[in-house]
Amino acid sequence: MAGTVEVASGDPPRSEATADDRTGTSPSRRRRFGISRRNRGDFWIFLLFALPNIVLILVFSYRPILTNFYYSTLNWVLGSPIATSAGLDNYVRFFSGDRAVEVLRTTAIFTIATVGGSIVLGLGLAVVLSRPLRGRTFARASVFAPYVLSGVGIGLVWSFIFDPTIGVMAIILRKFGAASPQWFNDPDLTLVMVIIVFIWKNVGYCAVIYIAAMTAVPNDVLEAASIDGASPVRRFFSVTLPLLSPTSFFLLMTVTLASLQAFDILRIMNPLGRGTTTLMYESYLQAFLANNQAGYSAAISSILFIVLMVLTLVQLIFVERRVHYT
Amino acid sequence: MSTTTLPADTPTPRRRQRSGAAVAGDLIGGYLPMIIATLAVVLPLVWMIISSFKSPGEIVTRELILFPADPSLAAYERASATVDFPRLFLNSFIVTAIGSGLKVILALTTAYALVFVRFPFKRIIFVAILVALMVPPQVSLLPNYVFIAGLGGTDTYWGLILPGLGTAFGTFLLRQHFLSLPKELLEAAEIDGAGHFRRLFSIVAPVSAPTIATVALVTIVTEWNEYIWPLVITNSLSMATLPVGLTRLQNSEPDPSAYAMLMAGSVLVILPVLIVFAILQRHIVAGLTQGAVK
Repeated sequence: MAGTVEVASGDPPRSEATADDRTGTSPSRRRRFGISRRNRGDFWIFLLFALPNIVLILVFSYRPILTNFYYSTLNWVLGSPIATSAGLDNYVRFFSGDRAVEVLRTTAIFTIATVGGSIVLGLGLAVVLSRPLRGRTFARASVFAPYVLSGVGIGLVWSFIFDPTIGVMAIILRKFGAASPQWFNDPDLTLVMVIIVFIWKNVGYCAVIYIAAMTAVPNDVLEAASIDGASPVRRFFSVTLPLLSPTSFFLLMTVTLASLQAFDILRIMNPLGRGTTTLMYESYLQAFLANNQAGYSAAISSILFIVLMVLTLVQLIFVERRVHYT
Repeated sequence: MSTTTLPADTPTPRRRQRSGAAVAGDLIGGYLPMIIATLAVVLPLVWMIISSFKSPGEIVTRELILFPADPSLAAYERASATVDFPRLFLNSFIVTAIGSGLKVILALTTAYALVFVRFPFKRIIFVAILVALMVPPQVSLLPNYVFIAGLGGTDTYWGLILPGLGTAFGTFLLRQHFLSLPKELLEAAEIDGAGHFRRLFSIVAPVSAPTIATVALVTIVTEWNEYIWPLVITNSLSMATLPVGLTRLQNSEPDPSAYAMLMAGSVLVILPVLIVFAILQRHIVAGLTQGAVK
């Protein structure tokens, strides 16, 4: 696991070459003109083996992108047979309403808080769990576990814990003479609550990725720094952290993408979305919960899609450059 | 997080000298945060399990009741009386088993074709599959819903399973693994006259068993937890999966005592994955962190 990040960015181009050598792309290019029987066989085998998957990906991943942009130009209620062309009205409607400000603000707060929280806490956990402590294997596994558990189950468990009357958190606060915050009635607090739960679910992922990257930090560099008299804290901030910056960047991107698409915890902990409606949730609400505004929902999805694609491109360009310059 | 660990090569006498400080450092900068973090994850899950065995009176209370006086399965029975949990479990099981089974087979054959079968433009095809990994699923939700519902896929197993079948993640992971296999392995088989089917199923697949297991595990866990698609494509409770059924259960019971049932339901959806994770966490962690790196 230690080298995954490097493998992903550095190796494919090299292994690509071996793949071509092995399966003989260049010889086959020569042979294709006099198609041999074996090549013809290979042709059909390839289609048999790969075509179902390719068709599924085309139909259910690529086609929807185009369809979604098309829907976004329609004035259309989901389930209705009538749709009229709306041009860019749905986009104008979104950006000119008060709703846009609120949704974009919620999206920004939720994303920045969850990304910042997961990465900073994940890094802290990674530092602790990289030390030779007894039981750290169990601790690493425990911390990672929520990442693989159902967001619906997690959301319900935390709703119960946060309940201001019968929740265990309220009961403990009362023991100390404090009243429980109104997590479900105050929209700002609801947002804080879902941020906490999202971080709880994802922090282990960041920790494990950081731990893997830390084992790759060369020991002699750290030793040299310590001989120079650098304190452990100084060593961490001046040596380890800069060496981890590709990992931090990678996590920044992946956790941002995950946060922008967060759904199950939001749906379970706050179904109507008061205070917690992000772009993703607004697009779901408009099409499937509120008034089946399919065209409007598609416009919001398209906006989110563009944001996500720009982020992905930034990531690809950055990773590409890092590979070439190091 | 200040640490006072000694460099590994410090001579033993010095270590003994500073051992008091080192022990304190281990506790404050190591064991204490480690235990807090572990408890922060474990306690809510333990609380979920304990609460599912409590009586309604022990749930709706302002007092701290750690353990149920008389642990019972009442909450599970009540939950099953409200929504048909055995049926939901069966639906989740069917969708997960068929869905991930087909996905693993598709990933296996696609990756094999991309690595070992001669075909023009393989590189472009691979990149196109890889890019699908980056297409956010949310953008396909409404179009796929309209498409599948239009074909009559609402409340059907095929409607639940089909749109998620195309697999970029498994294809990518298996392809990277196949590229690392020694080519002599396949050449020998080719000389022996073994066809592609035999090469795939009696040579490549068996030697790749650990990677296939990783892909299968990650796929199973994701399918089991899948939420937004089953939520929109099922209307009737008899076709819902566990997470969707839990949502309906939550909506149907505004009464606070429902939390006992909801915890019972959460146990049903969380515990199977938790057990699998406890046993096979190495594979799952490796698969998820590798796959996510793309």
